[in-house]
Amino acid sequence: MIHTHILVCGGTGCRASQAKEVQEELVSLIKDKFLTESVQVTTTGCFGFCEKGPIVKIIPDQTFYTQVTPEDARDIIEEHIIKGRKVERLLYEDPKTKKRISDSIHMNFYKKQLRIALRNCGIVDPENIDEYIARDGYQALGRVLSIYTPAEVTDIIKQSGLRGRGGAGFPTGMKWEITSKVEATQKYVVCNADEGDPGAFMDRSILEGDPHSVIEAMAICGYCIGANKGLIYIRAEYPLAIGRLLVAIEQARKYGLLGRGILGNDFEFDIELKYGAGAFVCGEETALIQSMEGRRGEPVIKPPFPAEKGYFDCPTNVNNVETFANICPIILKGAEWFNSIGTEKSKGTKVFALAGKINNVGLIEVPMGTTLREVIFDIGGGIKGGKKFKSVQTGGPSGGCLTESSLDMPIDYETLLDEGSMMGSGGMIVMDEDDCMVAISKFYLEFTLDESCGKCAPCRIGNKRLWEILNKMTKGEATEKDLEKLIDLSHTIKDTSLCGLGQTSPNPILSTFKNFKHEYLGHVRDKQCEAGQCKDLLHYTIDAKMCVGCTACLRNCPVGAISGEKKKPHLIHQDICIKCGICYEKCKFNAILHQS
Amino acid sequence: MTKVKNLEELVKLRNKLKDKIQVRTITEGNDLVARIRVAMGTCGIASGAKETFEALISEVERLDLKVLITTTGCMGACYAEPTVEVTLPNQEPIIFGEVDSKRAVDIINEYIIKGKLIDGVVPQNYQSI
Ligand SMILES: Cc1cc2nc3c(=O)[nH]c(=O)nc-3n(C[C@H](O)[C@H](O)[C@H](O)COP(=O)(O)O)c2cc1C
Ligand code: SF4
Ligand code: SF4
Ligand code: SF4
Ligand code: FES
Ligand code: FES
Repeated sequence: MIHTHILVCGGTGCRASQAKEVQEELVSLIKDKFLTESVQVTTTGCFGFCEKGPIVKIIPDQTFYTQVTPEDARDIIEEHIIKGRKVERLLYEDPKTKKRISDSIHMNFYKKQLRIALRNCGIVDPENIDEYIARDGYQALGRVLSIYTPAEVTDIIKQSGLRGRGGAGFPTGMKWEITSKVEATQKYVVCNADEGDPGAFMDRSILEGDPHSVIEAMAICGYCIGANKGLIYIRAEYPLAIGRLLVAIEQARKYGLLGRGILGNDFEFDIELKYGAGAFVCGEETALIQSMEGRRGEPVIKPPFPAEKGYFDCPTNVNNVETFANICPIILKGAEWFNSIGTEKSKGTKVFALAGKINNVGLIEVPMGTTLREVIFDIGGGIKGGKKFKSVQTGGPSGGCLTESSLDMPIDYETLLDEGSMMGSGGMIVMDEDDCMVAISKFYLEFTLDESCGKCAPCRIGNKRLWEILNKMTKGEATEKDLEKLIDLSHTIKDTSLCGLGQTSPNPILSTFKNFKHEYLGHVRDKQCEAGQCKDLLHYTIDAKMCVGCTACLRNCPVGAISGEKKKPHLIHQDICIKCGICYEKCKFNAILHQS
Repeated sequence: MTKVKNLEELVKLRNKLKDKIQVRTITEGNDLVARIRVAMGTCGIASGAKETFEALISEVERLDLKVLITTTGCMGACYAEPTVEVTLPNQEPIIFGEVDSKRAVDIINEYIIKGKLIDGVVPQNYQSI
């Protein structure tokens, strides 16, 4: 029977520092010592501790060895496994206390992630309210209703420093207070689950994994602002989240945690779902309210803010899914606890959907103030295929692209803005050396164009003109005058659009222009795309030294642009080539070059 | 389900459930040989978590094992979907990545029955409150 497992990290970071050799050494020593029946070596994914790799972890005693070399394998087997003595020098040394830490249970710091909003995701069964209750579910609501006045609860949220996770970062407690002070017979709590940013799925995952955390928080908000009705605006493209929400609402009603007289108190609250058709602009709160009322999803001028005149002119408090998911832990653990996590002005954690050219694509939650480098290289496991990091995009179509020089900046609302991007709702797309920044801008502009509601001219017409200029650039047809116009017009659109969509739509252009100006100039002046992405700027040629004359390219070229004899170097005729790239894919000898 | 009448009752219910449903461990006194949780968020399902779930159930039934299998939401490791967490009595939960139907069967026969790990363990690099 196996009683000891040796886990060796097989992530790219550790592999690059000889983890594989460590593993081979361990396996061969185990054979030598006739331990194969009781000790087993297994490869794992990244531990999020790459800078101290290779990582070796022993279970069941949870010993966590760092920077293990193949030469260290002998000590691990002979000392630790056979004699039961941990190898002191390989244990992690706490940088502050200079003490060696013997097991991972005592080294919370290797866990760079802290899950507050995602606390139950991947742990509870979302369709079983009992599992939520077993993990303190509805305790916050119970405490709020029996112990605190609405003003006291609002104060706790204010003290905690929680800010809206939907993008703008408005202080949540303050929003609740404003809505609570407006006199009205009917008020509403709205949960914004529209989540339209390309690549974002934080809110979906919360609703799918832990729907009750949002339901409970909405009821608490209702108590604070004096609303007995909650509405969740969710896009119809999220059928699983919708299904789980409906099950959860039904279960909460059965337990009397929604409905009339909740937990024996004189408080009534219930929740209904409203479905969106998946338009990005409907995530903007005034458009969202219009859409819920059955009108076209177009933004309207603020003020009045929804807090005064929202859903059917009633005071309405709109918060994002993740914002709500933070509420119950704050009530149960206190404002001070929450306040102690994060940076001066950004408290708590933020959930990000890590995507793009990164090894560990996934959903992460980190304390505010974590650096981009930690997120990308430690948690994310670095860039795919060992390529070079180029840029990271945060804030979605309203955000910007940051470079190497921002990697050590702490992630919080203000810093990201200062660096030329924004927090946004939490999409984080990593780009490598093969990504062309002009093409990236064009991608986001295409998204904005599709999603603009068309109500105001700068956004409707201006963005189209921006797109046309970018398109010309990627084709090598733009002039320096065009470039000037691009930047000019970007500023005009920012200044004159009605809603957040138009006001931020040129951000991807402006931030990439600031950080990657030479790439724009390259496209305009030299008609070159250094990343090799813009097809029209590429030239396909054959490297005569590499070409073995296999004829694969010649046979596959759709326009017959390639000539050559068997076993002799081939040639591409530039006047015929349509730059389709097929030959590049077909050549097995790396003989086809694509360069601009 | 009956209504929970007040906070006191809710606390009692929580305590009772806490003992009964230890979501990540195996509770004293029940004779489970393992607890399995399958991540079934949209991305898990898109990578085949439903098939994995079914394969686990049919293998457990075939071998007539006392294993509790439930679903859960996103564990965060979308790059390794479908992900499956297995807890053996008195042990830390282990998360396996890229569990297709075949690996699902392996997990039961190798890890749950023989205590052998299979490759593709996803280290849990977060702490939850
Ligand atoms: C174009 C646009 C799209 C938006 N999309 C969303 C969205 O998908 N989800 C969201 O919560 N907030 C979105 N917002 C922000 C909302 O208007 C609003 O500020 C937010 O829901 C308030 O909640 P919070 O304070 O909890 O962040 C969007 C804003 C704009 C301008
Ligand atoms: S800025 Fe764009 S999305 Fe916003 S109201 Fe104007 S046209 Fe509509
Ligand atoms: S496929 Fe490559 S090696 Fe073969 S003929 Fe074409 S260029 Fe030469
Ligand atoms: S890029 Fe396309 S058209 Fe040009 S030579 Fe290669 S296969 Fe032919
Ligand atoms: S800890 Fe090993 S690759 Fe990240
Ligand atoms: S939804 Fe499965 S890990 Fe993200």
